[in-house]
Amino acid sequence: MSESRLYQIGTFGVGNRLLTPEDQTVQAGSDRPRSITRGHRACRGCGEALGARFVLDSAVRAAGRDLVTVNATGCLEVFSSPYPESAWQVPWLHSLFGNAPAVASGMAAGLKALGRETRVVGQAGDGGTVDIGFACLSGMFERDDDVLFVCYDNQGYMNTGVQRSGATPPAARTATTSELGDPPGARFGQGKFVPLIAMAHDIPYVATASVADLHDLERKVGRAMQLHGARYLHVLVPCPLGWAADSADTVRLARLATESGMFPLFEAERGEITAVTPIRRQVPVDDYLRLQGRYAHLFGEHPRPDLVRRIQAAADRNITRFGLRGAAS
Amino acid sequence: MREQIEGSRAIARTVARCRPNVVAAYPISPQTHIVEELSDLVRSGELDRCEYLTVESEFAAMSACIGAAAVGARAYTASASQGLLYMAEAVYNAAGLGLPIVMTVANRAIGAPINIWNDHSDSMALRDAGWIQLHAASAQEAVDLHLQAFVLAERLSLPVMVCMDGFVLTHAVEEVEVPLQEDADRFVPPFVPRQALDPDAPVTIGAMVGPEAFTEVRYLVQRHLSGALHVLPEVAYDFHRRFGRRAGGLVSAYRAQNADTVLVTIGSAAGAAHEVVDQLRGRGIAAGSLAVTCFRPWPADAVRTALAGARQVIVVERAFSPGSGSILGRDVRDALPDRTEVIEVVAGLGGRPVRRAGLLRLVEDVQAYRIRPGRLHFLDLDRGLLARATAGEEGP
Repeated sequence: MSESRLYQIGTFGVGNRLLTPEDQTVQAGSDRPRSITRGHRACRGCGEALGARFVLDSAVRAAGRDLVTVNATGCLEVFSSPYPESAWQVPWLHSLFGNAPAVASGMAAGLKALGRETRVVGQAGDGGTVDIGFACLSGMFERDDDVLFVCYDNQGYMNTGVQRSGATPPAARTATTSELGDPPGARFGQGKFVPLIAMAHDIPYVATASVADLHDLERKVGRAMQLHGARYLHVLVPCPLGWAADSADTVRLARLATESGMFPLFEAERGEITAVTPIRRQVPVDDYLRLQGRYAHLFGEHPRPDLVRRIQAAADRNITRFGLRGAAS
Repeated sequence: MREQIEGSRAIARTVARCRPNVVAAYPISPQTHIVEELSDLVRSGELDRCEYLTVESEFAAMSACIGAAAVGARAYTASASQGLLYMAEAVYNAAGLGLPIVMTVANRAIGAPINIWNDHSDSMALRDAGWIQLHAASAQEAVDLHLQAFVLAERLSLPVMVCMDGFVLTHAVEEVEVPLQEDADRFVPPFVPRQALDPDAPVTIGAMVGPEAFTEVRYLVQRHLSGALHVLPEVAYDFHRRFGRRAGGLVSAYRAQNADTVLVTIGSAAGAAHEVVDQLRGRGIAAGSLAVTCFRPWPADAVRTALAGARQVIVVERAFSPGSGSILGRDVRDALPDRTEVIEVVAGLGGRPVRRAGLLRLVEDVQAYRIRPGRLHFLDLDRGLLARATAGEEGP
């Protein structure tokens, strides 16, 4: 495929064609695989569409195009495959909401038995990964099946109308966690940060990434594809609809999530953290929360600085826990 | 080669000789001996080019089979009871995606109350999943149906469920002929998938379909599955030619021609029915029996033809639809003209044996009009136990 059309989508992460080839993203090249191509029906500003495009294209390139993928039910599945159209240029299967990791395991086993080198990538949103698909995910990790599984985390059941998932952060409003009551929004629980749970399986590779740093995302996909066995990539993908944010702020929000400490970026191999992305300048969580309507009740007529402080404390804890004030700070 | 062998081991060896590429299974009684034996065969190398996945649930087992079949690998699993219900969503999905997976169901009751013994509540609950559903009357037939199942599945690109009565057929040791590898290879051709995920020719499988086309997709499911009714006898014919045994097909009649009263069974109860028929014939009563081998798709024409001369049809099944009535019985009734009396009977629930004596008494009761059509009859109810269990309670 050598179409000459190039797309500049307006973020510095996409890569400038004036950069040296090694500094360009896959997306900047005319030979990008276009795994998910134009014509899909994602919302304007969809973080998941952006993330999936970079993840798949990087994986396809790393696999020499020899790759198959399975997708859990969810936004990505729905907006990319409404019959009779498909935005997928790679072999793509959708089975169910909760079984994508197990389907991926079966694909990997089948390909191995057939003596093929074809790589397998599984994809799901946070619901399909941390909630309904979690048993299958853990089973796939535990057996160390040769699968890269990617979670596009938009922190809620956005496809069904923004309900709370196990990845919804405390105090966020969803359709099932009202902004009323005390405390308003999603309750402060213990959280369910699946990257750490993935690490507890001692699998070859675990990484977090975000759509604010697409070079980093591509590099992590590349690293994951160098390895075999169970690998896990957890990508933060802001959702303008579910987060009640401006669709122009998707990348900005992803960056603020990282720079506030709310979403740490790191890599781990065999259960040990091998690299973290240091925070250059920690921004207060306020800056991140105020851009999102799902937190509006914290700043409205009856502000809740107490809850903002709790969220700030969680971000600060991440910074300490993952050593994000590293060499670069 | 004929040998004394446990039903489960015979099935595992037969499945192995059909050369699956992926076996994904989660243990549940009474399926366990099948998958234990298969894991041995994979480990020993006797079954090569096969990956055995010890998955974390039945839901994952069927899902892994879906993934394997989608990349063009021959996939097999086995389950029962709670496990079958736990994988139900994926069972439907496999059929919807047209993936030729073969699954053994070691039929077992559904709880509560928990019960590990045989009845057909499990596979009956999935009769509308879009699978071909075959029922074995004996361990030998279970072996033979598995060989045919792989052929059927891949020829039609549909999943096939082979049901065999848990413990009754899975755990009994009897003389069974397990096919030799070369015979199995001649009967089961290499798997050529109708569609597969192939990086050289990418396809999208499992797209979302809205109201504008969903009805048409489902119509095609009905047409395709009903069309399998023509393929099943062909495969059974090929099997007979190759192995010299009759097995498979749609229904299996025993002395049913010119029979006035016919016992219809599904699964292993066929054996007891044969003996009861012989006994009745010995008394000069025109009795016959009919075993339903293919339950889905429903072979209404074959059932009608086989029962054309019958005045009374007694359908004995190991499941029912609570609050409604029989399941198989309704299908049989629908297949027959109104003048035929159809008696719907539930028997053998949760492992209670279906014995000759009970069936004989049943036929006598029907012939003496002590049991009449139109009401679900529970065979061998222990009235004393019922009275004790409901003492002090008022009925609805």
